[in-house]
Amino acid sequence: MEKVLNVEHLSKVYSIGSITSRVRITAVDDISFTIRPGEIFALAGESGCGKTTTAKMVLGFEKPTAGTIEHKGQVSGENDKVWLTEGVQAIFQDPFGTFNPLRTVDRYFFETVQNYNLADNKEGAIELIDQKLRSVGLTYKEFAGKYPSEFSGGQLQRISIARALLTDPTLLIADEPVSMVDASLRMSIVNLFNKLRTELGMSVLYITHDLATAYYVCDRIAIMFRGNIVEMGSVEEVLMHPKHPYTQLLRESIPEADPARRWVGRVNLNETEEEEYLRKGCKFAGRCPVAMDVCKQKPPADIAVGDVLVKCYQFAEDMVPEHA
Amino acid sequence: MNDTILSTEGLKAFYVLEVYGEQKVVKAVNEVELDIRENEIYGIAGESGCGKSTLLKALAAVIEPPLRLISGKVIYHVDDKTVDVSTLDSETLRRLRWDFISYVPQGSMSVLNPVKRLKDTYQDFIISHLEGKSREEAFTLARQHIAELGLPPQVMDSYPHQLSGGMRQRVTIALAALLEPNIIIADEPTTALDVVVQRGVVQLLRDIQQKLNNTIILVTHDMGVHANVADRIGIMYAGKMVEEASSEVIFGEPLHPYTQYLINSLPVFGDKSPRESVPGSPPSLIDLPTGCAFHPRCPYVMDICKTKTPDYITARPNHKVACWLIEEDGDGKSA
Repeated sequence: MEKVLNVEHLSKVYSIGSITSRVRITAVDDISFTIRPGEIFALAGESGCGKTTTAKMVLGFEKPTAGTIEHKGQVSGENDKVWLTEGVQAIFQDPFGTFNPLRTVDRYFFETVQNYNLADNKEGAIELIDQKLRSVGLTYKEFAGKYPSEFSGGQLQRISIARALLTDPTLLIADEPVSMVDASLRMSIVNLFNKLRTELGMSVLYITHDLATAYYVCDRIAIMFRGNIVEMGSVEEVLMHPKHPYTQLLRESIPEADPARRWVGRVNLNETEEEEYLRKGCKFAGRCPVAMDVCKQKPPADIAVGDVLVKCYQFAEDMVPEHA
Repeated sequence: MNDTILSTEGLKAFYVLEVYGEQKVVKAVNEVELDIRENEIYGIAGESGCGKSTLLKALAAVIEPPLRLISGKVIYHVDDKTVDVSTLDSETLRRLRWDFISYVPQGSMSVLNPVKRLKDTYQDFIISHLEGKSREEAFTLARQHIAELGLPPQVMDSYPHQLSGGMRQRVTIALAALLEPNIIIADEPTTALDVVVQRGVVQLLRDIQQKLNNTIILVTHDMGVHANVADRIGIMYAGKMVEEASSEVIFGEPLHPYTQYLINSLPVFGDKSPRESVPGSPPSLIDLPTGCAFHPRCPYVMDICKTKTPDYITARPNHKVACWLIEEDGDGKSA
């Protein structure tokens, strides 16, 4: 099977603290996933779960401590520039931070065209830019010569997608693309991913904490928690029938837009991020309602339950559930 | 029905700016009528840049240039008396603050003094607002308060940077509730927090409201949060209130086309049918469209919408809306 992106046993370790009290935090802990052509794949989790670190490693901004990243048979690290030109592009969280407020937005487009030799002359460049802008619902005319402050957040985010499209990428990495866009305009961005996938066959790695839009637009999803992928499978299975206790907690905590279905029960928030990262066994054991003795001693393996991979002892065959 | 605790009459608050000798007026709050009652959670929703935060500043009487109160009134109902906030001197206002009304501004996880432990912040606060308390008494009161709200007592010995964003947000809200105010105004308290932490903050707001039986005015653009806590919701668009009703009615049978878009664009689990955003972009508050400000984006636009602003009418019992499609009547006819 062809893979647009193949990530295997990827890890990233950071050291924090002073020389005398050094703590090693495994921000990304041995994760593997693949993205197929024309697939929208979600990497979801809360802040500090390692999803952005993963994106940075895929984009070559950070060097992995271990593991490989492969794009269409080419391993990253050997020739990063080619790797990026060949078809991995990215958009980021803050559309206002993406563009320098003192430069007109079109200059970024002409620069990209020039850097990658995408057109022979200015007319050709304008034609290419106009074509890419039209695929995100804008035109060259309404955008030329304007500064970032003259656009709304949603428009700027669509403009950064259009810029990413200039090189005809096969994979778009979108790191929290809607979290700073108004809820009323979010769907226009998310619908755009769907359109690009259908029309151009582009794959998208959609990194988000917003499970509702992930469910709406994605095919498969990986839920990350403290560096681990705790559950991975189709969105239908993972989000509608969550198996891992953490996925269940996340899924329950999303406020539903229905006053008849308000939250019941309470959440426990008291452990800190660092404590959880440094846990020996399952990182979620401190908050898990069904934690067993073994969970606190040894991290669980990935266990296949149907088509879903779950990192939880509850599903291990040789385990007889015994409550601590 | 409960009594009114805070109301506004034709409230107009504009930012008046001089740019290169040219005067620019940002009509952030434009003739807003509100009637907020005792013992309820009132939610205000709308896109960014619709004037939500400015409205809260006006309600909390923290109007500072370039923001100016142009006309209209904010009225507090303090102990069976009504007071027009703009007539109060600064000393009376200072007494009302925290005791009658407290305001948790946006990004309030960064308001705590970074070089003071939280117990010192709490003590300073208690001593300056409750006369005749010693440091020890203040400290006991602060600890007790934190414990009652279910926050871990060791946070009192921490510096702000040692706590997570969600914890700081909850500590700030707890501080705002310390003097048991009749009204707490919270501006986007759950924005930029993770879903599980967000749920913790909402849980805290709900606990405070149930304990004090007071009023919480909650501004957020997250309709899911509104659905979860608000008793009544007001929808704001381009500086005006366009619809107001109970949460059930706003989510169940919204009347204004803008509200309908807001509700229908939300993704729902178990339903992958295509959803559309509100078309177009929010208008600039410097240069508002004529007539109904929503008309350039409205799918049902009529001629009258382009020239005349619709009145904010009671279309059905306890359901107000400003739209030419809706007629004023008790029996809820709509054209």
